[in-house]
Amino acid sequence: MTQYFDPYNADRPLLLKCSCGKDHTVAEHQQQASASSATAELKRRSLSSEFEAYSNAFIEATLVKAIFPQDEVRRRFLRAVGKGTAMAAISSVLPMASLQAMAQDKNALEKTTLKIGFIPITCATPLIMAHPLGFYSKQGLSVEVTKTAGWALIRDKMINKEYDATHFLSPMPLAISMGLGSNTTPMNVATIQNINGQAITLSLKHKNNRDPKNWKGFKFAVPFEFSMHNFLLRYYLAEAGLNPDTDVQIRVVPPAEMVANLRAGNLDGFLGPDPFNQRAVYEEVGFIHILTKDLWDGHPCCAFGTSTEFIQKNPNTFAALYRAVLTAAAMARDPKNRELIAKVIAPAQYLNQPEAVLTQVLTGKFADGLGNIKNVPDRADFDPMPWQSMAVWMLTQMKRWGYIKGEVNYKQIAEKVFLITDARKHMKALGQPFTDGPGYAKHKIMGKEFDAAKADAYAKSFAISKMG
Amino acid sequence: MRSLNLRATVVSLLLLFCFIGVWQLASSGPLVGAAAGKQTAEELEYLKMMGKDAGASKSTGFPSPLQVAQASLGHLSDPFYDRGPNDKGIAIQLAHSLGRVGLGFLLAVLVAIPLGFLIGMSPLMRKAFDPFIQVLKPISPLAWMPLALYTLKDSDVSGIFVIFICSVWPMLVNTAFGVASVKREWLNVASTLEVSPLRKAFQVILPAAAPTILTGMRISMGIAWLVIVAAEMLVGGTGIGYFVWNEWNNLSLPNVIFAIGVIGVVGMLLDLMFGQVQKMVTYVE
Repeated sequence: MTQYFDPYNADRPLLLKCSCGKDHTVAEHQQQASASSATAELKRRSLSSEFEAYSNAFIEATLVKAIFPQDEVRRRFLRAVGKGTAMAAISSVLPMASLQAMAQDKNALEKTTLKIGFIPITCATPLIMAHPLGFYSKQGLSVEVTKTAGWALIRDKMINKEYDATHFLSPMPLAISMGLGSNTTPMNVATIQNINGQAITLSLKHKNNRDPKNWKGFKFAVPFEFSMHNFLLRYYLAEAGLNPDTDVQIRVVPPAEMVANLRAGNLDGFLGPDPFNQRAVYEEVGFIHILTKDLWDGHPCCAFGTSTEFIQKNPNTFAALYRAVLTAAAMARDPKNRELIAKVIAPAQYLNQPEAVLTQVLTGKFADGLGNIKNVPDRADFDPMPWQSMAVWMLTQMKRWGYIKGEVNYKQIAEKVFLITDARKHMKALGQPFTDGPGYAKHKIMGKEFDAAKADAYAKSFAISKMG
Repeated sequence: MRSLNLRATVVSLLLLFCFIGVWQLASSGPLVGAAAGKQTAEELEYLKMMGKDAGASKSTGFPSPLQVAQASLGHLSDPFYDRGPNDKGIAIQLAHSLGRVGLGFLLAVLVAIPLGFLIGMSPLMRKAFDPFIQVLKPISPLAWMPLALYTLKDSDVSGIFVIFICSVWPMLVNTAFGVASVKREWLNVASTLEVSPLRKAFQVILPAAAPTILTGMRISMGIAWLVIVAAEMLVGGTGIGYFVWNEWNNLSLPNVIFAIGVIGVVGMLLDLMFGQVQKMVTYVE
């Protein structure tokens, strides 16, 4: 058989052209049809009262969680003041307080035509799928999601206000807000887009060289300097005793070029965003060495953010946007939707990737490139919670590798950029003392616990670092 | 003469066929498809995940001419579709690119021709401007991109600016040269007849220098078309360069090869156009 026609197949109809009458191949037709039927099915699911109730509850829960990331504190607070007072207090702190009212009153939107940038990777799934599924328009927003060529361009277009909001690498808003690699512009992370979902992919020629201790002289790629990819790769290498600045080469390479470079032998491996890890497997040039989930389970990757100025000028629009993206996240979190989502975001105007690759990334049942099928349902997940402790961790790594010089007020920056509303002062006003900051959780990275309260000591605790 | 043209055409076609033939031979690797025989269910699933099951249409290796032709046909049969901001037909993409090139080029003409006249007519100005031109001329236009994005604060305008900056130099240098090398006698005749400076510029110098100026414009247009692809790959959004980038993202070589062909043909047409204009202004002394 050839890839075009399959005359000797008893199980498939033999068509010399597409039976719908349009001039395209049968495969193209199937692709288009599957994308549009998947969109329709997901739309139907999103309109079901069950999902609506779920997504409302999800959004509310996310907001409450944003104020009380520590569940213990939330309980203490609720027990102390009662549900009614708590709800009133919450609505007084949140810029999203008017969310429920918003749904009815669309006139309150300051700006309805928005431009949102994205990089074509699965991290952006909620942001992208909200478009074909109509989540933006449901909030009264007319949004244009624009594919962008690289992270530096995302940064520049955000600073230039060409985009109203965008898909960020979660350390980028921190860097931009601090004026690292750009002029200082206050940016905010509204939600984390995705957690996990990255991997270290190695060239097939290294399939018998899995121990990072032997990787001296390797050439690696990461998508951007201020990325979790860069920080996690450096962390991983340093844990194995390699100095990422002197023992290996780490280059900034746009994701699409990673696979091409791996094929050409210019790279030994990369810590990149999906679908390009899976794409390297699909192209038979690489294998998935380790998922980042196994370095830090639940690590943040990309974020949905905008400038502080935009939020201040357009609080209602921002709330509507926030709601649309959270609705999408609620949908993307559900494993039973994932296969359909892969179909929805595969076409040329979004990710432009083979559906087979995206399905493996999103469902977590994937070929590892070495002949095994792995089943890791939480390979990629979409937890929108922007823990400030995550921001602090990123800052400790920026400090560790010399991106930030001098003293860093970790918490101050984290709290300014990551929008977990600062409930501390409101808690105090209500006579609720608590010691830990509200947006801080403990994380475990490669077995080592990270406590945001001891950030400075943590940053200094590494044997391999660039701190003078 | 006629037989020479005919023979040249035959040789060209022969070269083309040889090229495609070699390409076809070199790219026709083993067909991908499930190897027949006994495979466990898991092996079959793995093959499917690798896009190698019986129903899949994955191509490995370098695309054959047939695949490229098929991809081209697909694009050419529906050049005007518009599926949102990130997926438009090839004709729309080309229109965006040509629009940018046209605008940047026009701006360059507006700056380069008057400035070239000034430099060409005044030895003082030539000496004064020379160091700047010499330093600015060899800078790769794309190197201006970060600066343009920072100052102009708009990626579209930056793209146009890059086209402007790359096409301004050949035009400026050629205009200055053409104006400076207008025959002394002609200028002397004009002076003797007490022609006004404006009239002298438009009726003596301009026609005399026109062939040289057009050469500069032709070179500029060539460079502008080279640069627009790279610029659009950088800033994205729309245009033929974005198309290449988007298909590169998908590692879809047939589409990239198609785009390369389109870029070549359009570049050739632009050059031919200027060639025709050049013929019109050329004179024999």
